[in-house]
Formats: sequence, C-alpha cells, structure tokens
Amino acid sequence: MPEHVILSADEIRRALSRIAHEIAEHNPSLADVVLVGMRTRGVPLATRLAQRIAEFEGQQVPVGALDIGLYRDDISYLDLKPQLKPTEIPTDIAGKVVVLVDDVLFTGRSIRAALDALIDFGRPRHIQLAVLVDRGHRELPIRADYVGKNIPTARHQEVQIRLEETDGRDEAVVIEPE
Amino acid sequence: MADRSVRTENPEARTQEIEGPAVPAWSRKHVLDLDDFSRQEIEQVIETAGAMKEVLSREIRRVPTLRGTTVVTLFYEASTRTRSSFELAGRSLGADVISIAASGSSTEKGESLVDTVRTLQAVGADMLVMRHRRSGAPYLVARHVNMSVVNAGDGWHAHPSQALLDAYTIYRHLGDLRGRKVVIVGDITHSRVARSNIWGLTTMGARVVLCGPPTLLPWGLRPGQQRNEEWGLPSVEVEPSLDRAIEDADVVMCLRLQLERQQAGLLPSIREYARLYQVNEERLTRARPEALVMHPGPINEGIEISPAVAHGARSVIEEQVNNGVAVRMALLYLLARAR
Repeated sequence: MPEHVILSADEIRRALSRIAHEIAEHNPSLADVVLVGMRTRGVPLATRLAQRIAEFEGQQVPVGALDIGLYRDDISYLDLKPQLKPTEIPTDIAGKVVVLVDDVLFTGRSIRAALDALIDFGRPRHIQLAVLVDRGHRELPIRADYVGKNIPTARHQEVQIRLEETDGRDEAVVIEPE
Repeated sequence: MADRSVRTENPEARTQEIEGPAVPAWSRKHVLDLDDFSRQEIEQVIETAGAMKEVLSREIRRVPTLRGTTVVTLFYEASTRTRSSFELAGRSLGADVISIAASGSSTEKGESLVDTVRTLQAVGADMLVMRHRRSGAPYLVARHVNMSVVNAGDGWHAHPSQALLDAYTIYRHLGDLRGRKVVIVGDITHSRVARSNIWGLTTMGARVVLCGPPTLLPWGLRPGQQRNEEWGLPSVEVEPSLDRAIEDADVVMCLRLQLERQQAGLLPSIREYARLYQVNEERLTRARPEALVMHPGPINEGIEISPAVAHGARSVIEEQVNNGVAVRMALLYLLARAR
C-alpha cells in the first residue's frame, strides 16, 4: 500500500514542544493539570508532553492512561482492536484540568467515549483535548484545543502515527488503500 | 479501514501492521468447555480480566459496555458464588440481568429444556448462562438457539469459567504457567472443576498432577504418567499419595468432597479420607515456599482442607471468588463482541 510521510521525527518533536508550551500558557496553575493519554499511542505522547513541561516549567504533571474499549458505541464491530488494557488514572481528577491526549482526531467517536470514561472517575473542572494530527471528517460536535498539525485527508485513507515507544521510530503517514 | 484478511495473506503488507503483537479477533460465540480453547484465547481472557479488575476497583463499579444487552442466568442446580458472580459481572457491564431458578419456572410444569431456552430467546435474551445436572446440556441448548451460551457447570463434565478464573488467579501470583506444577487433590471423578482445569492448565503449559483415592479417580487412570490417548483428556500425572504429590508443587488445588460419596461406598469413612487427603500445614511444608492453595468452594473445613490452611497466608480462596467477577465480565465482553 502506498504511503507518504506527513510528519517527520523532527516535525513531531517540534509539534509536541509547541503543544507543551500552549498547555502551560493556557493553564497558569499547572499544579491542577493532569495529562491522560488514550491507549495505545496517546500514552507515550502524554508522557513526552509531561517531560517537555517539566523541562521548561519545572513542574511535574501527572500522566494517566485511558482505555476506552468499555465505552465504545460500536462494540460489536469485530475489526476493532479487541484487547482491553487497564485504565490508570494516577490522581483524583475531581476539580482538576484534564488534558486528554490522542494521536489522531478523526470522527470524534473515541473522544466521546473517552469523555464518558473520564467522567466516571470524577468531575474535572475542565477537559481539554490535545492531538498530534487532526484529519477532519468529524461525526460529532468535538474539536481539539491543541493540534500538532491539521491534515486534510480523504475518508478512505488511513492515517497512522508511529512512535519510538510503540513502533521503533517517529513518523506520521497517510496510507492510500489499494 | 483496510481489509485485514487481505493484509495477512500478503507478507509484505503485513510488516505495516503496527497494532503491536497480533491478537486474533475473538470469534467464539459460546463458552462450553476449555477443551477447544487455544493458549491465545485463554491469554486474551486473562488480559481482558485485568482491565475488568480495574473497573471493579473504582468507586462506581459500572461501565456502560453492554447497555441494551440482556443476560439470563438459568440454574437447574444450587449455586451461590457462580450465579451471583455472573449476575454481578453482567450488571457491572451495564447489561440487564434476569435470573431464573428451575424451581418456580415452567420446568416444574413439565416444559423441556429446549422449549424453556427458546422461550427465553423469544423474550429477548442475548446471552444465556446456564447450569444443569446433566453433562452436555449446554451443548444441546447451543444447537437450538441463536443466543450465546455460557456453561456455568454441567454434570461432571465442565465448568469453564471456574477454570479460567483459576488460571487468572495463578497468573496474577506466579506469572507464566509454563512448567508450573499444579496438584489437584480430591474427588477427580465427579469434578467438572477438575476436568476444565486439566484442559486449561495443560493448554497454558502447566504440569498437572492428579491426587486422590483410587475410587475417586476417573476409570482407567493408574499411578504414573497418563497420556492423552489413554483417557481422552490431556496428558497428566497421577500420584495417589498426597505427601508425594505435593512435593515441590507451585499450586495445590483442593476439590470439595461431596459427603454422599461415602454412602455410595466410594470411601470407607470421611475421617480416613481427611487423614490421607487433607491439605494441612504439615503437608504444605513439602510444597514450594511460595505455593498457592486454592479451592473452588464451598469448603468442607476440616475434611479436604484444614482451617489453618484455608485461612492461611498461602490461601487465595477468597481472591478466587473476587477474580471470578472480573473473569466473567471478560467472558461476557468478549462474547458480546462476537455476536
């Protein structure tokens, strides 16, 4: 399947640095911020954002991991990744600012599920959304607060983010199915 | 989304699969026994149960996953833990749960099993969890309905959810089961728990040793190594002396002794049974220091297990009950995906 690179390793690094600065800028009381990565690739992204924030703000922001498998509205579709992993929220999120982190924003259905899941853990003061790539084609009224890159795509294309931690290298590609 | 079936046939395209280790999609519609479960399927249940355990640790132990799904429990035999465990599992996943006891149902008016389950399906049940005194009853039911059928115990034959929660409990303490020595002690002949565990544990690579009085070992089993073709179940070892069987064991699994067995002439006396086959502190010193003691319940304390061991530091009996809910949630979740 032909694919072309839309973000190189360098571009991913710069995008994450910018998002980290934006998160710090929008949330002056960083002590209230919790980063929650959506499994699978949102988790390493959230961890990297926390590292950047620690580097330039000197503030350690807690990082959690969210599995939305139990909150999907399309459970009976067999082609979905079947494996559930535990959700790990390291701190009480009631009254906090939660920044959800995901790799690709597409239909918005995963984010809808993630919002339901988060709210089961408490009532955050704010929930914000950070994504590395926004590829459009929303099916729900959902938008991201922090976007690494907007990439117009056709619906039938596939966008994949590869990360050092999960895939051995950093890049974002668009795949054209044959 | 790309067609995965095409991808797996094309070795070049396969390198682009980046979803981590390939987990085959769950396609099983019924859970009747573990005899046809693959290692990957059991691992998938164990891993999914881990996620369910997290849900059960929350303040609000409920997720909306099976909203709109109706689970019916139909028990023709008494049960406390299995039934309540399945019902709690269904409710924790947001399903509607209806429980039907054989007494009080149309069975008392002479309705046949197949008619009863067809009626439940017509009423709108999506999954049926059933227990029946006849071995094979859930297989008959599965042939006549479109619902998913989960065997919660059939006669002497199988109790797969118990064996899966046992495998999960062992896994949580000891990790990989490969090469672990698991001794199953007691009335093997009449135990569906033992049979399903023999399938599940051997599939996971454990070394299974059966121990009990010869009158309570399945017909044809002799001391020593039994191969699959000799008795129709996976290869196991048989050791009638508990003192020898327990030597270096990683897990000691006690079975409930049904007291009627004495009336049936299979045991000289309950006291003699306890003297020879009770798992007690003195015998446990022969097992490995970190060995686990398990029991599917309900326990006859002072017969198959001494009170000190049942409530001792190595006992994971209460944890088994607790893990049962998570494992049954995992089963209902995986079955719902395959419907």
